[in-house]
Amino acid sequence: MIYAEILAGGKGTRMGNINMPKQFLTLNNRPIIIHTIEKFLLNDRFDKIIIVSPRDWINHTKDIIKKHIGGIDRIVVVEGGKDRNESIMSGIKYIEKNFGLNDDDVIITHDSVRPFLTHRIIEENIDAAIEYGAVDTVIEAIDTIIQSEDGDVISDIPVRDTMFQGQTPQSFNIKKLVNYYNSLTDDQKVVLTDAAKICALHGDKVKLVKGEVFNIKVTTPYDLKVANAIIQERISR
Amino acid sequence: MINQVYRLVSPRQFEVTYKDRSLQSDYIVVRPTHLSICAADQRYYTGTRGKEAMAKKLPMALIHEGIGKVVYDPKGEVKVGTRVVMVPNTPTETDEIIAENYLRTSKFRSSGYDGFMQDYVFLNRDRIVELPEELNPSVLAFTELITIAMHSIVRFEDRAHRRRRVFGVWGDGNLGYITTLILKRRYKDSKVIIFGKNQYKLDHFSFVDEAYTIDEIPDDLLIDHAFEAVGGKGSQYAIDQMIDHLHPEGSISLMGVSEYPVEVNTRMILEKGITLIGSSRSGRSDFVNTVEFMKEHPDFVEYMGLLVGEMQEVRTIQDIVEAFEKDLTSSWGKTVMEWKI
Repeated sequence: MIYAEILAGGKGTRMGNINMPKQFLTLNNRPIIIHTIEKFLLNDRFDKIIIVSPRDWINHTKDIIKKHIGGIDRIVVVEGGKDRNESIMSGIKYIEKNFGLNDDDVIITHDSVRPFLTHRIIEENIDAAIEYGAVDTVIEAIDTIIQSEDGDVISDIPVRDTMFQGQTPQSFNIKKLVNYYNSLTDDQKVVLTDAAKICALHGDKVKLVKGEVFNIKVTTPYDLKVANAIIQERISR
Repeated sequence: MINQVYRLVSPRQFEVTYKDRSLQSDYIVVRPTHLSICAADQRYYTGTRGKEAMAKKLPMALIHEGIGKVVYDPKGEVKVGTRVVMVPNTPTETDEIIAENYLRTSKFRSSGYDGFMQDYVFLNRDRIVELPEELNPSVLAFTELITIAMHSIVRFEDRAHRRRRVFGVWGDGNLGYITTLILKRRYKDSKVIIFGKNQYKLDHFSFVDEAYTIDEIPDDLLIDHAFEAVGGKGSQYAIDQMIDHLHPEGSISLMGVSEYPVEVNTRMILEKGITLIGSSRSGRSDFVNTVEFMKEHPDFVEYMGLLVGEMQEVRTIQDIVEAFEKDLTSSWGKTVMEWKI
């Protein structure tokens, strides 16, 4: 089975003084998360699309899906965990409970606040997850990456050609991810916030799928302005 | 949903733009799978369409020949996954006399209105026609071009006199090939003659009764009806030859587009009582006819396979450019893009 998991667990602290998590802010009059869900809905390879939401926002999430998309059997909303990986695991627990886990099940996880992803990115994630078991979506680094241990002076400037910027989706063979995650200690779980890194640390080849520069994560008021400007282009016909 | 639309912004330059589309609408959503490049698209791509038209119509997504699969139907009538051909003509009214493709209010994809180069295409319910699964998708990609020939032949059948013993088709390109082949299937007992400029292209027309290069047509050769699939300035010479070789009261079906007006020998048209039948584009009924025709004549689809020239997998904008450039240098057949962007 092929599952999509849209991560909407964040509270949007980077968005500044707002009273709603960022995924519910509107982009051209509709919540960002709705734009994202619709893109997954149009891919018929997904057996189920799981939305992971903070507990207090579950009803709100269900309400806006009903309002903007309608009742669709393929979509379910489940409660998220305390961090990103725990939220991914919440979705997987839902799958295990309702459908059981098979060896070849894969899950395509995606930030709810990246509504600009394309059909190609989703398709290539599915194909690569089936073939490689672990996938990360990246774009080539545009700016030079500076590493600083103390945030004060440079400790290293890696060669830019080997640097990529991570986006989502990140996709996995579910059983493999669960095994790796369960083998981590609690301390490791706190540090290893990136699921692709967990796979890489286990020596797995994590396949890179080419993202898009425009597959931006809408996390700051500036991003929201950019996103609205992009979408409200006047030349549309 | 934010839909990516890949538009031509100036000659040889495509850019992605984003258009917000809600699934809560009356539209059926189709994911394009195979798109085919038409000469009209090339006129925009290369900028030969003329400055005024370019300024008026760009930016615009190109391509009006394509197939895809249905990914969403708000009413749930069409099954998700159904393979369909997309109809580029989009009427905004109906008329009991004038066909949808001649209504001045109709919109046409990739002519002032976004074509099929999009992540998802939103279409009115009657703008898709279901395709059989078993037929070659590379051929089905240019179903629209086949409908052009079909439309012209159907119009001819309505308007021309009943004696149909000998047909002449001018133009050894894609449209000439298709028209000749349909005529040969529809009029099994008639003679179909192809007239072309290039011997190597004429060599592909193995199914015709006779083939002539345009400088070697016997003086005494006479035909009942003619089809013009030449276009450009060349159509002037083609029409001259048609008039010369037509029996009186024959018809000429015109299909080739020319950027410039062409001169026509009206004196001989009057003397011979020739009927000129113009035709352009096609409508839903032509798509339905064409799909039925392909189902009934599987060998027709096999012959069409010869027209598939270049195949290009498209995952990036650069791949689109490469497909258009390859198409420009290809001497025979259609360029089909496997749409994986």
